[in-house]
Amino acid sequence: MELFGITPSVLLASLMVAAVPILLAAIGELVVEKAGVLNLGVEGMMIMGAISGFITAVHTGSPALGFLGGALGAMALSLVFALLTQVFLANQVATGLALTLFGLGLSSLMGQGYNGIKPPRTPDLPFGPLEQIPFFGRVLFSHDWVVYASVAIVAAVWAVLKYSRAGLILRAVGESHDAAHALGYKVVRIRVLAILFGAAMAGMGGAYISLVRVPQWTDGITAGAGWIALAIVVFASWKPWRVLIGAWLFGGITVLQLNLQAAGSRIPVEYLSMSPYLVTILVLVIMSSGRGRASLNAPASLGQNFHASR
Amino acid sequence: MTQGVSGEVLLDVEGIGKSYPGVRANDDVSFAIGAGEVHALLGENGAGKSTLVKMIYGLVRPDEGRMILRGAPYAPAEPRAARAAGVAMVFQHFSLFEALNVAENVALGMDDPPPMRDLAGRIREVSEGYGLPLDPARLVGDLSAGERQRVEIVRCLLQDPKLLIMDEPTSVLTPQEVDILFATLRQLAAEGTSILYISHKLEEIRTLCDAATILRRGKVVGTCVPREVSARAMAEMMVGASLSAPARATGELGPVALTVERLSAASPSAFGTSLKEVSFEVRQGEVLGIGGVAGNGQDELLAALSGEARTGREVVRVHGKGIGHLGPNERRQAGLCTAPEERLGHAAAPDMNLVENALLSGSVRKGLVRRGFVDWTGTRAFAEAVVRTFDVRTPGTGTAARALSGGNLQKFVLGREILQEPEIIVVNQPTWGVDAAAAAFIRQALLDRAAKGAAVVVISQDIDEIMEIADRFAALNEGRLSEPVPVAGLTLERIGLMLGGSHGMHRAEAQAGEIRHAEA
Repeated sequence: MELFGITPSVLLASLMVAAVPILLAAIGELVVEKAGVLNLGVEGMMIMGAISGFITAVHTGSPALGFLGGALGAMALSLVFALLTQVFLANQVATGLALTLFGLGLSSLMGQGYNGIKPPRTPDLPFGPLEQIPFFGRVLFSHDWVVYASVAIVAAVWAVLKYSRAGLILRAVGESHDAAHALGYKVVRIRVLAILFGAAMAGMGGAYISLVRVPQWTDGITAGAGWIALAIVVFASWKPWRVLIGAWLFGGITVLQLNLQAAGSRIPVEYLSMSPYLVTILVLVIMSSGRGRASLNAPASLGQNFHASR
Repeated sequence: MTQGVSGEVLLDVEGIGKSYPGVRANDDVSFAIGAGEVHALLGENGAGKSTLVKMIYGLVRPDEGRMILRGAPYAPAEPRAARAAGVAMVFQHFSLFEALNVAENVALGMDDPPPMRDLAGRIREVSEGYGLPLDPARLVGDLSAGERQRVEIVRCLLQDPKLLIMDEPTSVLTPQEVDILFATLRQLAAEGTSILYISHKLEEIRTLCDAATILRRGKVVGTCVPREVSARAMAEMMVGASLSAPARATGELGPVALTVERLSAASPSAFGTSLKEVSFEVRQGEVLGIGGVAGNGQDELLAALSGEARTGREVVRVHGKGIGHLGPNERRQAGLCTAPEERLGHAAAPDMNLVENALLSGSVRKGLVRRGFVDWTGTRAFAEAVVRTFDVRTPGTGTAARALSGGNLQKFVLGREILQEPEIIVVNQPTWGVDAAAAAFIRQALLDRAAKGAAVVVISQDIDEIMEIADRFAALNEGRLSEPVPVAGLTLERIGLMLGGSHGMHRAEAQAGEIRHAEA
């Protein structure tokens, strides 16, 4: 079965892979924003994860260690953000933007000499006979472990936020830091931990781009994926499962435009390449126009600095 | 109630002191609370009450002195330790999460909460046991102020406290809700729980408390048994000077100055209240008091009058001329000045100094901008006049608004509007969080303005305040305004019913009242 020269099972399978980087980064940012911190440095943390993971994987020969390295690299960068915003009370928007610019530059510097190298391959998980199921075998059982791990992380974040005490405290801190402080919760500590978690997720997402998706290193390899991840959090109105839907939607558009290009669509390539970003803008406009619902679900202390003087 | 006198001492505070840079918040404070005693902590704003209870609750550490709880030294390093020792606190603000439900809010205040399902059951059980029914599944953002306070109280009660600290608990309640609260507190005290009750409402303290410690400028200036002294004597100890009740001139009322007709407006905020067909008129020289518990449409009403929210042209009329379509500056030009409740960020720009803040609202009526240029000399003179006339305590007019205490900033904000000599002035919560002396001053200033022929609208949650200065009273409930009735001869029960929104009942009753009046 083919539509416009595209096989649906292949399209679905590749959209699941294409969605992984933005899915990981977005679910991390969701946790950060639920704690009341707006970290616009996702793009910078992703690309730091991409280069750190790439270097680690190339030198150790292990893709799994590569993902760990990616997470650690992004966490190191996010500590700068945490220090500036949580300790020195710098403006979160400005600091986040600076973090992105800094990450882009630093990754480019670190990546000198890694151009053109192939990283060790991340194999697909063996599912045996399951892979032979028509359609579903191709769509669901032909991926590497990170694809499944990313979905599991979404489930875990949802469960922790909804059912656990830690999740409740995290939401409380994002809702009203003054009230949380008055009850004796360590607002700054909780927020720093959330920032580190968000960075680890963004770093793994970045590493997935340089180790699996592309897989090689070039400057600016993340190409705006961090910004899309930020948009997905708003699109999802801070709900984990909607982040998954959003990521698949955007991943799907990315894959679709590539496939359309390959199938020789008559629409110029430039329009197709800009479509994911255009859709991001459109969705954000639509989400923000229905002010009541979307803003109601936004954490009330989002982007506000906390100073424990009261 | 003699437990407090005969029983053992629960908490003994000895020589506690705390300094902040430039301020001595508490100096050698000592007092004792007996088991089952309701102990009042009295004082004006800035007297050091909050710092003191924060130290007892472990939010702030004292510089010197010591505390003894049930015979053992007590020095909580954090609220968790205080709660573990049996000390619980109901906060005045900032301790509930609007987007979370009741059970989640309660769980956050407990150190070792049971699973959510059990907790919901216990919330129902305890809240009904104390006559404070609550639905654990409701969002706190949808609750009234009184219900929110119940959440806090139930949160404390679930931990079975030995000492319950209550910080200004009645400031947001209707008289009926106050009665319910007092019944609960008496029941708790009878069961042996001590209560530390912070307030500056003296009549409440006289009806509820067994003992009182009075603070002024961080020091204990006296103790008394509230039942045995007059409210006036306590007030004078608190302020350190004698107070006079505002004097009102009973002049003739002029023609109608402000008319609001069938004002309906949707609230801009998700948790706000929309106004529904609000109508009233105010005459020159008259003070209309609009009562109601917070969140019943007060902010929306002020916005519609100030011009922040625009309405149909003829909905708001000044001297018969429709101004509903005009913005704030054009309304000031027309003689309508307003002072919103939120001082920092709404009435005044926090990081701008007093001169700049004076310019922001005074430029139109005082002619402070000429050909697009600011007349700084004139503006400074205006700001200085406000500071002088209204006794605003500040190092100078170059001070940022943020640096002023709440009461001083409130005096500045109101002074700024009043000195513009408006023909109509609308104020929301003019004395909220302001100490007794400043509050008396502000009320007097509003009455003086009315005596000079201005129409005054006072939106307030403080019923005593409205009774003191208003000529007529109307209640705002869920965005609906009751028919204004004369304040003279109004009972607290009637007011409570009006605030509770029993409009139909109150109309019938008002008619009955008029008939009775006519017969008498």
